[in-house]
Amino acid sequence: MTDIMPVGERQPIAPPVDETGPLGWARKNLFSSWGNGITTIVLIGAVGWILAWFLDWALFTANFTASTGAECRGSGACWALIREKYRYIFFGSFPYEQHWRPLFAVIAMLAMLVMSADRRMWNWRLLVIWGVGSFVTFLLMFGQIHIPLSLILFVAVVGGAIGLTLRSALAAANERAAYYALIGIGIVGLALRIAGVLPKWSIAIAPLSYVETSLWGGLPVTLILATYGLAFAFPYGILLALGRRSNLPLIKGLCVGFIELIRGVPLISLLIMASVMLPLFLPSGTTIDKFLRAQVAVILFAGAYIAEVIRGGLQSLPKGQFEAADAMGLNYLQKTLLIILPQALRVVIPPLINTFIGFFKDTSLVLIIGIFDFLNTANQALVDPNWAGFPGEVYLFAAFVYFIFCFSMSRYSKYLEVELNKGTRR
Amino acid sequence: MAATARDLSKVESVIQLKDVNKWFGQFHVLTDINLDVKEGEKIVICGPSGSGKSTLIRCINRLEEHQRGDIIVHGVTLSNDVKNIEAIRREVGMVFQSFNLFPHLTILDNLTLAPIWVKKTPKKEAEEIAMSLLNRVRIPEQALKYPGQLSGGQQQRVAIARALCMRPKIMLFDEPTSALDPEMVKEVLDVMIELAREGMTMICVTHEMGFARAVADRVIFMDRGEIVEQNEPEEFFANPRNERTKLFLGQILHNH
Ligand SMILES: Nc1ncnc2c1ncn2[C@@H]1O[C@H](COP(=O)(O)OP(=O)(O)OP(=O)(O)O)[C@@H](O)[C@H]1O
Ligand SMILES: [Mg+2]
Repeated sequence: MTDIMPVGERQPIAPPVDETGPLGWARKNLFSSWGNGITTIVLIGAVGWILAWFLDWALFTANFTASTGAECRGSGACWALIREKYRYIFFGSFPYEQHWRPLFAVIAMLAMLVMSADRRMWNWRLLVIWGVGSFVTFLLMFGQIHIPLSLILFVAVVGGAIGLTLRSALAAANERAAYYALIGIGIVGLALRIAGVLPKWSIAIAPLSYVETSLWGGLPVTLILATYGLAFAFPYGILLALGRRSNLPLIKGLCVGFIELIRGVPLISLLIMASVMLPLFLPSGTTIDKFLRAQVAVILFAGAYIAEVIRGGLQSLPKGQFEAADAMGLNYLQKTLLIILPQALRVVIPPLINTFIGFFKDTSLVLIIGIFDFLNTANQALVDPNWAGFPGEVYLFAAFVYFIFCFSMSRYSKYLEVELNKGTRR
Repeated sequence: MAATARDLSKVESVIQLKDVNKWFGQFHVLTDINLDVKEGEKIVICGPSGSGKSTLIRCINRLEEHQRGDIIVHGVTLSNDVKNIEAIRREVGMVFQSFNLFPHLTILDNLTLAPIWVKKTPKKEAEEIAMSLLNRVRIPEQALKYPGQLSGGQQQRVAIARALCMRPKIMLFDEPTSALDPEMVKEVLDVMIELAREGMTMICVTHEMGFARAVADRVIFMDRGEIVEQNEPEEFFANPRNERTKLFLGQILHNH
């Protein structure tokens, strides 16, 4: 086991030193033969040439200060255009003097995401982080939030029920009593509200001027669509994946049907359906915010893809894991939450993050129904006749911003894989 | 030798199988199985590969569903009622050929999981029970490691301890040593023999005839889904009656 054998007289021998050094490494890996050497030189030359050309265009001959497009002509990159338009690109048509609001909303969301990336937060703290983060984000974006009484009661019921199921084994008697009290108050309150005994009352939090979603634009829109799209699509996808493996034919059929239907349709058509056709089916007078409709479409679409990724993870688990959990007397919920999902999700981290990255970029398709996400505001910045003719600069800038987000996700995937598999592999 | 001194006929049956039949599709895997297991009895089941040994013991805790006949465990008749099944699984521990430890949990968490979630044992108490069982299987120092960091023999001992954590009345073993390297077989068998000596009711599918001789009250030979022959170990090995038993014993004793 862990006992160390006595070494006795034997001198410990250091592992052989790698004597080669950087020069040796280069000789071994880059110039090991004539062909290899020529390839290396040609590739280095090509990369150097492209880099030199790019740096010349993007930095040395670039124009950072021009005040119109005409002044930019003849020189390298026209970064003056970005300088002129960056506020519109980042925040769209949000009232100009209020731009600090979307700025802090973006910061709040990034803080929320960064904090939830830390594995130590994956408990009740996650709920607090997302609760506070979302509240701050939407308060800044809308300026005013009205929380109706019925929503508070509903949250009480759901919170109590979740607490009761997840903590059924661990909760002490008074903790359990608190959950029952929450559910009880919620249900009685909702019943009274429906019966009309309780008034149509809501808490108004209105420190700022109201800004409707049609004025939202730029980075906050992209971030909200992607963050909440994936945050809801993830649990939804898990449910779909579990449903697809269910023994109950009705549940299985519904899940398979939904997944196949959504996967067989382009996101664009789903978005157009949500924006054009859905209102036709709603009773006249009711409207659902266009932004919300796009958000729901993204959730439904992402959910189907995430479900298939997670199903792959579920299928990769050996049958013995299910049997061992069964043989111990765990019920379905316990088996799924404690044994199956933790393992299945670990397996699918790389393809899951890959799907997330794909969806982060796919949110840009909402421009088709006239929502001004980051790519769309960048696009609109080109329309100004004063600055016509520099699409390369603007798209390069947009690409750079997208790249920062996607690359961070990719690095995070790597970190998560290592972190979660610590110790579990031999 | 085994607890033959006790008169088993006066002890209560804890497992009864009456005319149990099971099919996999068209394939008749268990045919008219009748079996009575008394409290504290140790039964060894052997037989050629594919004869239905695993299927038989997996029917007892409903990992497999039988189609005809009755299985009564601790007075509860197995049916599709989930509550019944969960009640029986709390009383019946199982050890698998391939260990089936949960790789994402530490050894200690593997052991405390079911007591905490199924029996609602307070966490601290569950951990004390777990540590005492790890002591019993002689690997307390591995408590905070992960299954992947243990040898096969150690993993199987953890699996036994994990099943014991639920304080089961009956233990089922499905070839617990056949995935192990020869030098690790003994450490697992020793734990099982100790368990048998303490009076646990055990049904064990194994080809370890030394183990059968040491602890079994009865050895059952299965072939093609039937119980062909059963007897006390002495008799069973010395004077097998059925031709198929003789052939089988000839093969495995030859190989060992
Ligand atoms: N899920 C299943 N579906 C179809 N056939 C099965 C299934 N499980 C087992 N069988 C078949 O049933 C027969 C008995 O299987 P079982 O696993 O009980 O045999 P065994 O006696 O335990 O054999 P071994 O010594 O190889 O473990 C075998 O022929 C096997 O192929
Ligand atoms: Mg078997």
